[in-house]
Amino acid sequence: MSVGAPKIPVTVAEVTEVNDLIKRFRFVRRDGGPMPPFSGGAHVVVEMDDHGTRRMNPYSLMGDPADSTGYCISVRRDEAGRGGSLYMHHHVRPGMQMVLGAPVNLFALDARAREHLLIAGGIGITPFIAQMAQLEALGGRFELHYAARNRALGAYMPALRAAYGDRVHTYFDDERQLIDLPALLAGQPLGTHLYVCGPKGMIGWVRASAEAAGWPRATVHHEEFLAPPVGVPFTVDLAASGKVITVGASQSLLEAIEAAGVEAPYLCRGGACGQCETAVLACDGHIQHNDHWLTDDQKASGTRIMPCVSRFEGRTLVLDR
Amino acid sequence: MGLTFNTETFRGDFTFHNSPAAIRRFPFPFDRDDYMYSVNMEPHVPGPKGTVFEHNFDVDEHYLSEMRDRALVLAEDPLRCQSLPHMTLAGWDLLELIMESKARDYPDLFELHKNGNRWHWINRPMQIDQSFTFLDETTLPYGPMEYITRQAQGDFTLQDQRDDNLWIEAGMVTTQADWSLDFDIGMGFHEWHAPVPKAHELGVFDRALKFLLKLQHGAPVRRFNWTMTVDPLLDTSPENYPVWGPTRAMITPGNVGSRMHLRVELQTLHRLPRSNAIAFPIRCYLIRFDELVTIPKWGRRLHRVIRDLPVELATYKGFERNRATMVDYLARFDDGAPTSPGWMPDPE
Repeated sequence: MSVGAPKIPVTVAEVTEVNDLIKRFRFVRRDGGPMPPFSGGAHVVVEMDDHGTRRMNPYSLMGDPADSTGYCISVRRDEAGRGGSLYMHHHVRPGMQMVLGAPVNLFALDARAREHLLIAGGIGITPFIAQMAQLEALGGRFELHYAARNRALGAYMPALRAAYGDRVHTYFDDERQLIDLPALLAGQPLGTHLYVCGPKGMIGWVRASAEAAGWPRATVHHEEFLAPPVGVPFTVDLAASGKVITVGASQSLLEAIEAAGVEAPYLCRGGACGQCETAVLACDGHIQHNDHWLTDDQKASGTRIMPCVSRFEGRTLVLDR
Repeated sequence: MGLTFNTETFRGDFTFHNSPAAIRRFPFPFDRDDYMYSVNMEPHVPGPKGTVFEHNFDVDEHYLSEMRDRALVLAEDPLRCQSLPHMTLAGWDLLELIMESKARDYPDLFELHKNGNRWHWINRPMQIDQSFTFLDETTLPYGPMEYITRQAQGDFTLQDQRDDNLWIEAGMVTTQADWSLDFDIGMGFHEWHAPVPKAHELGVFDRALKFLLKLQHGAPVRRFNWTMTVDPLLDTSPENYPVWGPTRAMITPGNVGSRMHLRVELQTLHRLPRSNAIAFPIRCYLIRFDELVTIPKWGRRLHRVIRDLPVELATYKGFERNRATMVDYLARFDDGAPTSPGWMPDPE
C-alpha cells in the first residue's frame, strides 16, 4: 500500500527577506499549471540538494489556500540546526528548480468549531496565516493571539492587522507583554476550538492551561514539528534489505536509510505523524526516542522507533527495514 | 466513444440487464477460489482500457437509468441524502473532483469550463447545462454534494477527520447493501463497521483506519466489497426492507439463475484538498447469475467461493438460507478445471 501522492516539480519564483531571521519563498509549478488546492494548516516537504546532501524539511503552507498560482513558505534561520534552514537562506535563489512533496495536513481546523482561537509564537504563525485566509473566505469566526520576541521579529503582523483588524492581538516579549491566557480561555463561547503553534514551551503552557481550565482534550490542537537533533554517529543493521548503515552526526536515521537506497515511508519527517514507524528486531543499547508518536510504554519497550527524529547509542540496533 | 445508455428499471418489472460487453467488463471481485476479509486496498490508479478502472469515476450503460432510480428514491425519502452543516466545504471538494474527472475522462459527454470561481458544467447525457459560482451554494439548485451526486453513479459518503478518527457526516446513499445513512450519520469509523463479523478480531479496521488517516490528496485507493441481491434492486436499504426482505424466501432451483445477482461494490477513497475530509464513493455493479456464468472462469470460481464461504459471512451477507440452491446451480458450471490467477476473464 502506497501513500505517495505525486511530487510537485517547482521553480522558485520569489525570495523575500521578511526580517533578520525569516525569509519567505514562493514556488510555482515548472509546467505553469495550477498548484493542488490545500487546507489551512497543511505542510509540504521541501527537498533540497545541499551540495550532495539530500535534505527534506517540512514547512507549513502560509499562502491563501484559494490561490492556486503558487505555494508560499516562511523559513526561520536556525544557526544551530543541521543545515536545512541555512541552505534555504544562503543558497535558494529565484529561478532555481526544486521539488515539493504533496500537501499533508496534520493541523487541520475542526470545521464544527463555533469559534477558532489561534495562539502563535514566532514562526509558528505560518499555518495560521493560511487558516485565517480560509476561515475568512468561508465566514468562520476566529481570533489570533500572536507573540514575538520584539517588534522587528513580529513577521507579518502589520499585514495581518490590516486584513483582520481587531481580531489580531500582538504581544512582544521584550516589552513584557504576556498573553493573559486564563482570562482568554475563560472568556470563550461554548464550542470554541483552541489551536497553538510555536516554541515547545508555549505549546506546553497553552495545553496545560486549557486542561486546567477544563477544556475537553478534543478541542485543543497543536502542531510541533521537531527538527531531527544532531548527535553521535551510530551504526544500524537493516535486516529486511540486508544492509548495514552508519548515521552521521547531523544526519537523521531516516535520511541515512534513504541515502542507502532503501525505501522508507514518511510524511512529516518531524516525529508527529507516525508514518515512518519501524519495528526494532534487536537492540543492545539505548534508543533516544525524540518523537511525539509512540506512547511511553512503546518507547520503554524498545520495540519500535521513529527514524525521522530518533537516534541510538550502544552496540547493536537491528531494524525491520 | 460509442456508449449507448440502456433504458431499464431497477424496480417493478426489473428490466435491468447487462450487454455482453458490460458482462465482460464486470468487476468480478474474486482473484482466487476462496475469500476472506483483508485490508485489500490498492492504489486507485487508471486500469486497463475498457475496464471499470480505466477512469477515476466509471460511467457505463446503466448511467441514465441509475440516475432516474436515484431521483425516485429521493422523492420518496429525502433523508437518503444528508450533509451536516460543517460538511459543505467537503461537498464542494467532491463536486470539483467528480466534475474535473468526468470532463477529463469523458470529454464527449461532460464539459467543465472555469473562469475563476465562475464555472460552467455541461452534462450531455442528462441534458444539464449549469453555470454557477464555485463555493456559493445559492447558485446551485441543491447543495454541492447533492447536486453532483444526482449526476454520478454509486453512493457517496463524506468523512470528516478529527481526533484520529473518521466521522461519517454527509452522504448520498440510495444504492446500498442494507445499511442506512440516516442511522449511521455522525458515527465514528469503528461504530459504523461494528456489524461486520470476524474482521474486528482480525484487526482489519484498526489497520484500515490508521492507513486512511494518512491518505494523501492525489493518491486515492480502492477496494472491493460484495454481497448477493435477489432481483436487480439498487435500493436494498433497511428503510425499504419490507419490499426486498421477503424476496429472499422466493428463490427456487428454477429461478435462481435469473433472479439471484452478484452485487459488487467498487469502493474508492479520496482525500479532499480544501476540507481535509475523505470522500468514499461506493459504486454498485449488479450481474445476474445466468449472465455471470457466460464467463466460464467466473462460473467455476464463484461456485467454489460460495460453497466454501464461512457460515458467518454468508449469514452476514444475507444468503445463507439460499446457499444450497445457489451452489447447486453454480455447480453445473464448474467442471473442476483449475482457474487462472487474477479476476480477469480468460481470453476468448
